Amino acid sequence: MIDILNILLTDSFWAASLRIATPLIFGVLGALICERSGTLNLGIEGIFVVGAMCGWMATWLGAGLWGGILVAFLCGAFFGLIHALLTVPLGLSQHVSGLGITLFATSISYFTYRTALPDVSSPPRIEPFQPLDIPILSDLPFIGLVLFQQTALTWLALIMVLLVWYVLNRTNLGLAIKAVGDNPNSVDAQGLSVYAIRMWAIVIGSALMALGGAFLTMSAFDAFFFGMVNGRGWVCIALVIFASWRPGKALIGALLFGAFDALQVRLQTEMGALVPGQVFLMAPYVLSIVALVIAARSADYPRALLTPWYKGQR
Amino acid sequence: MIRIEPREKISNSSTIFIPIIAAIVSLLFAAIPIISAGANPLIAYVEMAKGVFGSVFAVSEMLTRATPLIFTGLAAAIAFRAKLWNIGAEGQLYLGAIAAVTVGSGFFDLPAIFLLPLIIVLGACAGAVGMVAPTYLKVRFGADEVVTTLLLNFIIIIFLQMLLEGPLQDPMGLGWPQSAPILDQGMFPPLIDRMRVHSGLILAVILAVIAHFMIKHSVWGFKLRAVGENSSAAKHAGININRSLFGVALLSGGLAGLAGVSEVAGLKGYLTADLSPGFGYAGIVVAMLAGLSPIGVIIASVFIASVFVGADSMSRAMGISSFLADLVVSVSLLCVLVGGFIARFKIVRAGTGTRFYD
Repeated sequence: MIDILNILLTDSFWAASLRIATPLIFGVLGALICERSGTLNLGIEGIFVVGAMCGWMATWLGAGLWGGILVAFLCGAFFGLIHALLTVPLGLSQHVSGLGITLFATSISYFTYRTALPDVSSPPRIEPFQPLDIPILSDLPFIGLVLFQQTALTWLALIMVLLVWYVLNRTNLGLAIKAVGDNPNSVDAQGLSVYAIRMWAIVIGSALMALGGAFLTMSAFDAFFFGMVNGRGWVCIALVIFASWRPGKALIGALLFGAFDALQVRLQTEMGALVPGQVFLMAPYVLSIVALVIAARSADYPRALLTPWYKGQR
Repeated sequence: MIRIEPREKISNSSTIFIPIIAAIVSLLFAAIPIISAGANPLIAYVEMAKGVFGSVFAVSEMLTRATPLIFTGLAAAIAFRAKLWNIGAEGQLYLGAIAAVTVGSGFFDLPAIFLLPLIIVLGACAGAVGMVAPTYLKVRFGADEVVTTLLLNFIIIIFLQMLLEGPLQDPMGLGWPQSAPILDQGMFPPLIDRMRVHSGLILAVILAVIAHFMIKHSVWGFKLRAVGENSSAAKHAGININRSLFGVALLSGGLAGLAGVSEVAGLKGYLTADLSPGFGYAGIVVAMLAGLSPIGVIIASVFIASVFVGADSMSRAMGISSFLADLVVSVSLLCVLVGGFIARFKIVRAGTGTRFYD
């Protein structure tokens, strides 16, 4: 117990928690926007892979770090558009389409990577995003390391939380997005296009997911590996339900998950002799299931989630 | 203006032709990545065909690859019919394999006539166990089974790695994370001498035929369809939905477990953490291509296995990444999904169709 307390009091632990939470923040926000508008996006796992591969490769080819981020964003949007076309105007099964997008996005990323780099055993590295160094702030005790020595992408994620919260709760656009997810007929009656709002929500949400992937190759690591996303997308789908589709709670959920993951890594090094390391590796996935179960019963699902809507049919 | 209207009924021919067209389109699509990799697609297709049908050995390899896909395809098809989204076949496959090596590698030194059936039954049970928690959490707490089964895949694979470095590790294995081999009398007998295709394929086909008759001609099959198509009506008809769901879940998990049994006791002989190159996920594609029909699962498995084996052999001959196979498989899933739309709906120009909805 003392060990855990000691860990919880260090600034490096909290800095790691926020770092681990960053891709999840992007992912949960993306999934949240899709689901708020009425569409489940199980393409998330594959879109993470696409973001990770494309962002990294664009940077490696000389587009610069922010150029890479833009490429990842656009690639995520592209796969989101496919999912949007299949699930919104065509109204096809959101489960199957999402899984199809995940398989498609993952395999096309792997194929492209292998084709571009046929015979490399250790992948080429890029110069990733560096921790910010803000005069005075970065040198503050505790807060300095936790908040002000993160990379720009972590800050972008935090800004996105505010932005998504603001759009959803304080603008007419947000009202429309929530309405198409709850009662599309009411939106249609006001003369707005249900199709357009839902499709844009999926496209933008998917683009955000891809940024989560890009964080992995451009900030957390400096190269692309097969299997590096490793279920992070699915964790986000669980966290959205835990967050009951609210951006603020999504941030808290991602941070809790990040803290838990950072804790298990540290406990693993301290208690590795007593317990097999795999017990700790399993823990984050178990935690996601527990979070899902706790939240599921009282979950206030967007009412039109999973329900296709066709114009002119009531 | 054009508008989309549902058809009165889906024609029988379209349920057969749509998957075929989807398969052809996905193979044609493969030309794009082949050209972008700098190769001639025609030569690549010929290489693929040679790799699948060029010799008895090639066909044997393809059928060997199709065997686990039939099991996971059936697992997905049965679950999806009841709208139970079991995406956890990958994990359940490993549970089946764990059970197979646990009892099969010397724990019971029984003659083949007892040992192989024991391995099969326990492997299926282990796979079924993998569905107990997700189904209970769904029924009791409303926890989405898509997420729980997906996350369980990761948990089970880490659990397997733990076993392979601990209690299941082969003491003669020089420290590699692999299990002890299954006893000879616990292995599926080969179907052809000196070929890898084994009698697990026969088991898979028999189970597909049984599943076909159960779905078409039994009360259980009727309940399955009722629960999937309209669960509130099924409830009114006096069907115990939760019990039906549990039954479907256990069957689905058990079939996925058998995929692991057949891979480990039919092909590899021992268990490693990379036993399955995604058979669980490919099973979903198989089930969708099959239109959730068990007989269709056999045909779709042969197609998907051909893509994998063909792409492998083409990859060796031409140096194109074998991830091409995964690409073709995923495109075929998206194509069959769109094909299903075309079968169910027709596009009419406004004014020419019925104006019922306006």
